[in-house]
Amino acid sequence: MREVYVLGVGMIKFGRYPDKDVPQLGADAAVLALKDAGMSIKDVEMFVCGNLFQANAMNAQRILQQIGQTGIPALNVANACATGSTAFREAYIGVASGMYDVTLAVGVEQMGKMGLLGGGARSGGESVEGVLGSGLMPAIFGQAGVEHMRKYGTTAEQFAKVAVKNHKHSVHNPLSQYRVEVDLNAVVKGRMVAYPNTLYMCCPTGDGAAAAILVSAEKAKQFTTKPIKVACSILTSDPYTERDLTMPDVNTLTKNAAKQAYEKAGLGPKDLDLVELHDCFATAELLHYENLGLCGEGEAGRMIDEGRTTIGGDIPVNASGGLLSKGHPLGATGVANIYEVVTHLRGQAGGRQVEGAKAGMAHVIGLGSACTIHILTA
Amino acid sequence: MAAEGSSELRKQRPIIEFLRLPSDPSEKPYLAGYRCQVCNAHYLGENRVGCSKCTSTEPLQDVRLSDRGSLYVYSIIHQSVPGVPVPYVSAIVDLPEGVSVRCNLIDVEPDPAKLPFGMPLEMVTRTVRERREKNAEGAEETIEIVAFFFKPSHN
Ligand SMILES: [Zn+2]
Repeated sequence: MREVYVLGVGMIKFGRYPDKDVPQLGADAAVLALKDAGMSIKDVEMFVCGNLFQANAMNAQRILQQIGQTGIPALNVANACATGSTAFREAYIGVASGMYDVTLAVGVEQMGKMGLLGGGARSGGESVEGVLGSGLMPAIFGQAGVEHMRKYGTTAEQFAKVAVKNHKHSVHNPLSQYRVEVDLNAVVKGRMVAYPNTLYMCCPTGDGAAAAILVSAEKAKQFTTKPIKVACSILTSDPYTERDLTMPDVNTLTKNAAKQAYEKAGLGPKDLDLVELHDCFATAELLHYENLGLCGEGEAGRMIDEGRTTIGGDIPVNASGGLLSKGHPLGATGVANIYEVVTHLRGQAGGRQVEGAKAGMAHVIGLGSACTIHILTA
Repeated sequence: MAAEGSSELRKQRPIIEFLRLPSDPSEKPYLAGYRCQVCNAHYLGENRVGCSKCTSTEPLQDVRLSDRGSLYVYSIIHQSVPGVPVPYVSAIVDLPEGVSVRCNLIDVEPDPAKLPFGMPLEMVTRTVRERREKNAEGAEETIEIVAFFFKPSHN
């Protein structure tokens, strides 16, 4: 396999774009990434688009119809919330395999005002949602948090501190959907959605798009003196664990991915300067501190108490504001995380910059389940 | 028209396939599952192509799961889809066979202080809604949709 570099990234501000459609949003991000790379669509040899809710709509091709029908291979992927990062990984494989020198990945989603709740589960025409428990995301991540409470005595307040931190970070991110600081009291006393997550501990839904240009080492040299290297690209699915089929196990596949990522990159958690991880709910973030090896088992509560994951701490997590503030347009999320890490490694993150960042991780989990981890180095 | 006859036509139907409602009234409702005959992994619900734990594709054996369990974890749901009363407790219940089931907990307060982990639970069934349908003979009948719940067990 060849080394792969990120030459360009682009992202539109996450929010609501009722006057645009998915191909237009994706095209906007693609053009930003091409401009950032100093390239034209004519330089791109292969294109992967990640979009979840319109996975059958040929969005890759429709994006090319907006920005240039060059006739290149274009394909569409869907992998739950890991859709965008899976598109990035397919584009990575295209270059790593030696088949292409320049590939484009776009992640895009338009959710409008669709709630987090979506539709209720049905069985043979009978709705079971709220009768046989809840199969919706807030319940799943509430239960995952309660499991951590059960195992380690983590408190609801410790989970709430994640939301305080990420909302605080978001103030410095101009592309974040929400940029409002919230204090601990407001988070704890906020409207309960699914215990222990209150409103401020749940990511918003919205529209968004992000894009990345991936290139070979030779190509990178032609365009820049400071390429960002993709040190590893990992994808795992959920292995058999005791309760996974009843209560999705978001931990084991992340632990497996992290182990492979550190091995492949030849780095350890202590070598990371920042981490963008999948905080769809505040509870999820603490679990992933442990899953990603940022702290030991059962130590995540103490880690947030000590402020170690705030910008300025020893391992800043979700400097972008995380999904909690930045937003979570499902297909866009995985590429937006890459955008954030690249921006820090280039020293271009402005008020939220992690000083001297040399290595960063982007982690995404899609329920069902899929986990991706990319480690990028300057 | 046999007035009293038509109003008597009532039937029960489980809300989900793996809840079994035996026609013999002396038999209790139960949850159905499948057991891998190679590694003994148990699965809730319908039959499977193979065993996801050990990868055996030998036929699985159908089993009647226990109606007793213990509270693994829960969430208290305060916001749901239209028509679902809140708050309620959505729980993961561990059954002795080594399989878990998701359900609503009833006869409990939706308060973390009142929901000890490991609490012994037992399964009960309730009619949750009714439907009026025409049967094959064209007669109107009332279908009671029956769901299972778990509640604290005191014995
Ligand atoms: Zn087996």
